Amino acid sequence: MSRRIVVPFGPQHPVLPEPIHLDLVLEDEHVIEAIPSIGYVHRGLEKLVEKRDFKDFVYIAERICGICSFIHSVGYCQGIENIMDIEVPKRAQYLRTIWSEYSRLHSHLLWLGLFADSMGFENLFMNSWRIREKILDAMEETTGGRVIQGSCKVGGVRRDISDSKLKDMVKDLDILSSDIEDLCHVFFDDDTVIHRTKGVGVISKEAAYSLGAVGPTARGSGVSTDIRKTGYVAYADLDFSPVVETGGDCYARCAVRARELLQSVDIIKQAVDAVPSGDIDVKVKGNPDGEYFSRVEQPRGECLHYIKANGKKNILRERVRTPTTANIPALVKMLGGCEMADVPVIVLSIDPCIGCAER
Amino acid sequence: MKLFSMTKTIFKTLGRGPSTIRYPKEPAKRYEGTRGQVEIKIEDCIFCGLCSMHCPSDAITVDKPVKIWTIDRFRCISCNSCVEACPKNCLCLNNVYHEPVLNGPLTESFTGSAEPAEVSSEN
Repeated sequence: MSRRIVVPFGPQHPVLPEPIHLDLVLEDEHVIEAIPSIGYVHRGLEKLVEKRDFKDFVYIAERICGICSFIHSVGYCQGIENIMDIEVPKRAQYLRTIWSEYSRLHSHLLWLGLFADSMGFENLFMNSWRIREKILDAMEETTGGRVIQGSCKVGGVRRDISDSKLKDMVKDLDILSSDIEDLCHVFFDDDTVIHRTKGVGVISKEAAYSLGAVGPTARGSGVSTDIRKTGYVAYADLDFSPVVETGGDCYARCAVRARELLQSVDIIKQAVDAVPSGDIDVKVKGNPDGEYFSRVEQPRGECLHYIKANGKKNILRERVRTPTTANIPALVKMLGGCEMADVPVIVLSIDPCIGCAER
Repeated sequence: MKLFSMTKTIFKTLGRGPSTIRYPKEPAKRYEGTRGQVEIKIEDCIFCGLCSMHCPSDAITVDKPVKIWTIDRFRCISCNSCVEACPKNCLCLNNVYHEPVLNGPLTESFTGSAEPAEVSSEN
């Protein structure tokens, strides 16, 4: 039997976009065990809820994550609106849906680029990010911010999109979806991608379910879970089904995200066709009193916002459970038994966002 | 063909030219609704302090007795919160980012008086 050694991986590592530290117990080149630790980017954002007006906390809620920021603000606003029994106008719900799907497109394209980079496919990385830039431009034009949109508020949305602009957005997406299809073909068919991802980091359906994996990590293992199917914002009116792959390996998780790009384009088109006219916000009076668990589907999976308020303008407690936190046990399971050279690809395959996991 | 799945994209890219902008030679992309920096019409300001109270990053300080409104440009996150809170509509957000500077802090003070608004900057 060969000698066991421990190799530290991260928090600073060329392939890691975010600081997660793993102690890899190796036997030759095989990983026997991986011990994760986080805690390098804690910012104490949840504590700020005690100092800020609940309406102003939206700005902080969406800064929890720099990638799925809009969906964080939707989760927070939805929680407050449910506590206060606020009926959000339908048009605002549809606009939230459109921007949520744009966020998903931009997050998945970012991830596909990073994933290509993690296996050394620089050209594919550049191409993914080139397409992503168009999505960011559309976001900036409609909300005012590239990555921090700031357009969601308690009681509705801050900015409206004109109907002609919505039509232009769909036209742009039509052009973009052919680029996205070309990109997906590379991820599905290219030998380099298949060699680096197929059969790597396998997790079974049972293990993914029992370890509480969420989002594309769970769907890549055949667990059909998607919080969008609970019908929050305007998803109840739209026709879609969760993208599920059964492989359970890095290739399957990559395929889920690549196919979700086209699904998001389809959802945006449906939402633009069905968007009703009317107000985009309602006036919010009084303070929230009560507690609520708000669930939203982020690009990485299910995100929970727990809000507890006592009728004052400052909320008592806000607790966020982000998808990365839920996916770390699954990641540890995947890493057991893999090769040292595959570790970057496997770590990237859960799309770790440590910034929002630690807040 | 599996080895050459990028070929189509490569030929398309060759015909298109670069996707990047040669900034600062060419100006950066900017839209009408882009959130840039906060501007103040100091002559309309009543120094109520609501903007400073609603600022999530404590970038704004308002000194009512001496009528000075100060913003720290490095702290400001261009969130539009102060603009929405202002009862006199004297704040607005333009679509221009601040010029790069070498060192901070970058605070700008505006004094409300009969004379034209005086702007002082320390950096």
